[in-house]
Amino acid sequence: MISVENVSKSFTLHNQGAAVIPVMRGASLQVARGECVALVGASGAGKSTLMRMIYGNYLAAAGRIMIGDVDVAVAQPRDILQLRRYTLGYVSQFLRVVPRVPTVAVVAEPLLATGTPRDAALARAEVLLDRLNIPQRLWSLSPTTFSGGEQQRVNIARGFAYDYPALLLDEPTASLDGTNREVVMSMIEQAKARGAAIIGIFHDEAARARVCDREIDVTGFTPKAAA
Amino acid sequence: MTDYNFAYLDEQTKRMIRRAILKGLAIPGYQVPFASREMPMPYGWGTGGVQVSAAVLTPDDVFKVIDQGADDTTNAVSIRRFFQKTAGVAVTEATTEASVIQTRHRIPEEALREDQIIVYQVPIPEPLRFLEPSEVETRKMHSLEEYGLMHVKLYEDISQHGAIATSYAYPVKVEGRYVMDPSPIPKFDNPKLEMAGIQLFGAGREQRIYALPPYTKVVSLDFDDFPFEATKADHACDLCGADDSYLDELIVDDAGGRMFMCSDTDYCGKRRKDGHVGAQGVPYQEDAA
Amino acid sequence: MTPLLQVSNIAKFYGHRIGCTDVSFDLYPGEVMGIVGESGSGKSTLLNCLAGHLTPDTGAVRFDTRTDGLRDTVTMSEPERRMLSRTDWAFVHQHARDGLRMNVSAGGNVGERLMAVGARHYGDIRATATDWLGRVEISEDRIDDRPTAFSGGMQQRLQIARNLVTGPRLVFMDEPTGGLDVSVQARLLDLLRGLVREMNLSAIIVTHDLAVVRLLADRLMVMKDGHVVETGLTDQVLDDPQHGYTQLLVSSVLQV
Repeated sequence: MISVENVSKSFTLHNQGAAVIPVMRGASLQVARGECVALVGASGAGKSTLMRMIYGNYLAAAGRIMIGDVDVAVAQPRDILQLRRYTLGYVSQFLRVVPRVPTVAVVAEPLLATGTPRDAALARAEVLLDRLNIPQRLWSLSPTTFSGGEQQRVNIARGFAYDYPALLLDEPTASLDGTNREVVMSMIEQAKARGAAIIGIFHDEAARARVCDREIDVTGFTPKAAA
Repeated sequence: MTDYNFAYLDEQTKRMIRRAILKGLAIPGYQVPFASREMPMPYGWGTGGVQVSAAVLTPDDVFKVIDQGADDTTNAVSIRRFFQKTAGVAVTEATTEASVIQTRHRIPEEALREDQIIVYQVPIPEPLRFLEPSEVETRKMHSLEEYGLMHVKLYEDISQHGAIATSYAYPVKVEGRYVMDPSPIPKFDNPKLEMAGIQLFGAGREQRIYALPPYTKVVSLDFDDFPFEATKADHACDLCGADDSYLDELIVDDAGGRMFMCSDTDYCGKRRKDGHVGAQGVPYQEDAA
Repeated sequence: MTPLLQVSNIAKFYGHRIGCTDVSFDLYPGEVMGIVGESGSGKSTLLNCLAGHLTPDTGAVRFDTRTDGLRDTVTMSEPERRMLSRTDWAFVHQHARDGLRMNVSAGGNVGERLMAVGARHYGDIRATATDWLGRVEISEDRIDDRPTAFSGGMQQRLQIARNLVTGPRLVFMDEPTGGLDVSVQARLLDLLRGLVREMNLSAIIVTHDLAVVRLLADRLMVMKDGHVVETGLTDQVLDDPQHGYTQLLVSSVLQV
């Protein structure tokens, strides 16, 4: 489902003497349907960078990033948008929403974007929020004022609202308590069971051990400090 | 004869105005720009109408001037005298006898004939002006037939007053093409705009002439659910008893007493002469004035 | 799929000075494109060329018309272009007073485009206007008030209702949230997002506010000195800018 082949990436800082910072070289990995792969490596090794490249958020300098039959590395913006709408979900560490939009609408948005009727989308959002133990009184409020853990759960609910065939999870359990961590674990397991290909970054080793089938150490993709 | 050229204006100017009139007749409802002259009267006193009259008058014409329907108001009297003096034409107060009628704010009650010309004095010829201040834009709207804005004005009327409250200068569409301001005639007169006579409109300050040839189709704008109505005071003339003419309301004392009478003085006088008497009227006497 | 708008090689010069040059892109139905750049970068000139307010010196702006498919709006006759701009196109000005009739009631402002395309039933026009005021969150009892009595945010929402009432397919927006309070901006952004999705609108939004494009635009075009220096997916351009100018632009945003 997800196939990364020989991808490299460098940042050129035009406003700081055009310094070129290579951050990745020869990155390759494959994830099949129903498989969950963990990216591991020391902080700064490039786990998030690789994940962002797969999502199309960062531009790959070379290589191929196939999601289904779309090569994210060279796809047109509208193809990537289409991919993000129907194929590739992403739970980031940060929640970015329009202020004042109610939480339930934030969660329902990916469903609305795929043409789900409004009532059905909101109903599904409520189920997810309930499952992730977001108190009902908060549903009509904007998540911008929520605590870190609540925001993260809203983000997870949003990422799981639509049944994406491929999922990227950036630290989905980082600031969760035991109960909610358990909920997220089972959601990931369910996603795997329905055939989703998942790439995740988990600092929580127990979580990693439980849901991930393999680990890929991105340190191997880090260019040696040449300059 | 006098020291003035016939009808005051020089022949070149009259030719220029006649060309504008002919163009106006050729494109009914279209505002033709013309080089309006300074006239020996202030703007707002009918300088446009006077120039048009000057351009169409011939020595054989019989001239009538009405102001709000009356022949004996200051404006009417002075314009009539102006042409008596500068053109030496015959004048009349009788609608049927006149060959050229200059008017401000009314159309006579009696239907005009094919051998008659009526000249309207127009203050602001542009019907879109109050909503669109730009002349460039209004000209473009006319040329492209973009008249949605005209209905916005009527919409505003209904939303504020519950009915189309525009009661004079009520916009019309001419021959299905140009939207035209019929000058500040009461909307009661709008149906009369479809007539046998030639209708010429002159705006002196705004330098525009427009025209309606005989039997031109003139439709008052309206909404499906708020159709146009030619309204008048719900009353009969207190002098002649006419119930089909446009009425002026006159306050007769300081105790709220009032009477209604025909705004068309010639029409009213003629009816009284024929023996009609209104609620407050007295039978017609030859020497009464 | 046919693009809704196909822009090729647009250039506009003011004497020797470049307004914008060498601009080409396709916009598909439902797509929202942001154009960012500092004052004088040519983004407003470009928008005006696209919307038919300015005639570009070179290039074509092909729009997928309902009846005849792709037509070059630069060379089409003025009546046709003006017809487009009051049916299939909408233009939201930065200053609501440029896009509203300030001496006409809110209902009249919304109804104008309907009447311009032939609506002649007062009751229907008013019902549609009422519905649209509701959709932009203006209370029904303000329908007969003039926009002069409205707050800046309300005026902007009224302008949007007035533009969208005829169900356009392409909306041009020039700094739609400029000059509004931050709280009012958020409300407007949310409203625009909802309308774009529900009506499957395509939109081109010119702004210098990167936060606005991040929330509204799918794609981004960065302009500098009349040239397009970078294009791409909005979050990619903002998070991984390739051109030096874009990097400067992104790093210059004040954080809160």
